[in-house]
Amino acid sequence: MPRTRAALTAWDERGLPPEAAFAALAEESGAALQDRRIGALAQRLNFEQSGLRALLLRTARAQDRLAAPYAESLPALDACWGDPETWRLLRRAGGPTTSLYLLRALDLTRTAEGEVRRVPPDQALFRTLFLRTLWVSLLVTAACVLLGWPVAACIAALRPPWSSITLLLVLVPFWSSVLVRSTAWFALLQREGPVNDLLLFLGAIESPLQLIGTRFAVLLSTVHILLPVAILPMVGVMARLDRRHLHAAASLGAGPWLRFRRVWLPLSLPGVLAGAAMTFLLAVGFYITPALLGGERDQLVAWFIAQYLTREVNWGMAAALSAYLLAMAGAVAALLRALTGNTPAGTRA
Amino acid sequence: MPGMRPSPLLLLMTALVLAFLSLPMLAALWLSFSPTEVLHFPPRGFSLRWYADFFESERWLLATRNSLLVGGATMVVATLLGTAAAIGLHLGEFRGRAVLLGLLTLPMVTPFIVTAASMFFAFSLIGLAGTLPGLVLGHTVVAVPFVLVSVLASLSTFDGAMLRAAASLGAAPWLAFRRVLLPRIWPGVAAGAVFAFATSLDEFVITLFLAGPGQFTLPRQMYANVREYMTPTILSAASLLFLLSVLLLLVTEALRRR
Repeated sequence: MPRTRAALTAWDERGLPPEAAFAALAEESGAALQDRRIGALAQRLNFEQSGLRALLLRTARAQDRLAAPYAESLPALDACWGDPETWRLLRRAGGPTTSLYLLRALDLTRTAEGEVRRVPPDQALFRTLFLRTLWVSLLVTAACVLLGWPVAACIAALRPPWSSITLLLVLVPFWSSVLVRSTAWFALLQREGPVNDLLLFLGAIESPLQLIGTRFAVLLSTVHILLPVAILPMVGVMARLDRRHLHAAASLGAGPWLRFRRVWLPLSLPGVLAGAAMTFLLAVGFYITPALLGGERDQLVAWFIAQYLTREVNWGMAAALSAYLLAMAGAVAALLRALTGNTPAGTRA
Repeated sequence: MPGMRPSPLLLLMTALVLAFLSLPMLAALWLSFSPTEVLHFPPRGFSLRWYADFFESERWLLATRNSLLVGGATMVVATLLGTAAAIGLHLGEFRGRAVLLGLLTLPMVTPFIVTAASMFFAFSLIGLAGTLPGLVLGHTVVAVPFVLVSVLASLSTFDGAMLRAAASLGAAPWLAFRRVLLPRIWPGVAAGAVFAFATSLDEFVITLFLAGPGQFTLPRQMYANVREYMTPTILSAASLLFLLSVLLLLVTEALRRR
């Protein structure tokens, strides 16, 4: 609504805006109703404050019946138009940029006075979401590194052809698609599926469990999918290590545990960090696996980005969440660079 | 601990983890041969009916065709761009080389959902979203880094002086490229091309946003079906995709040994 925006830009936010703004709003909302832009417009404003959608739609439909001076007929239609608050919201929404989405993605909002505040607890969503994403990613990364370390160490220590065969067993899952492996887990975790059968057979459970839609299913399959990502950078570093350090330690009388702790672990640390960083970077953006195997409370940031893009058509929110996710990934990449002087992409190749 | 030889404890842990890595996919492969619609484990018998179902279904065949088409186009575009970029980065000496390399490999470390969302924004603005060329371009963005890294690795032993020698002998740049450079780096280029194809074949998140309503690729078709109703046909599709990935992996391993 360009004319409304122009009229509001001239307004100093004190008292009510001039008649020109009222008139422009009445006219332009009617026009927006006629060429069907009103839906998107109302939704955008409703995001600023719920209730604005209904207000705008009512105004647009009543446009034929409204008459000048609009500064009187609009408040007569709905008292909200007599409230400077409504106009301030409109004015802010009309600006070329808005911090609204970036704030909302952190459960913050701006009051009419321009103050940044937390949204009411019943509307808060995103802090929990980011914390959950962070927590799941950290758990997955820790599990992948712990499980992957022995495999990488083994591959580095084995002689050919065994080292290549073991490496191939890691590369095969690495190459097969995330969706294929998530689907496989979906089949395996069914109520009558093999995992439940196995647990029943072992006597661990009495009756089949509902596994799909649980946090456990998400963690299990995500660890399975990202394990090769953690292993491969570790192999890359460990295979190049100089074995003589270990021989030296052994000849000086260091036992296995001491050799591991003082020699092998510090030397393999760059690989471990690179593997962990790569795993974490992929885990924070995971979408398919939680979407397939998790319940509503297991969805990560990526799922919300997809929702805002495809279902709710709220690009602002999708972009704000993407920006924070990217910042998270960038921070991890920068941390890795600071610690090892390496970029994740360099170690992956 | 690993010094001379892996200790029994390490071998045992490795074996367990490798079993965890391999068994789920093997179990799913086995389940795809189930003769019954309800999945039991182990399957009671052996049947190819779900594979027959796959190859008789128009939807699955169309998805296969789309996947191969997009994968092939992505492979061509990504290989051309990635190889050219690698040669330029290797032979050229200019400021900002490292920055450029970082930029080009950025899609490898960006969360896929962010790449996908930003491409969706950008492509919507210029009318590429929902089109096949848009989809190919989207896949190319994530495939190029793999080609780049693969070709750069094969270029690492190539000396730019050889090209100058060719030029001084009167070879035009194109001839020098074809007769001097390409023979030395083709395994890297070919491996990169396979990487690009495999990346496109498996890619799902970008497809979800960028593909038009009718453009179902294999992963997208699988995802749609799993959400609706899990049939063994999905498992047969998953198994076929899996076997294709293994085949592509073996090809790149063979190329790497050259």
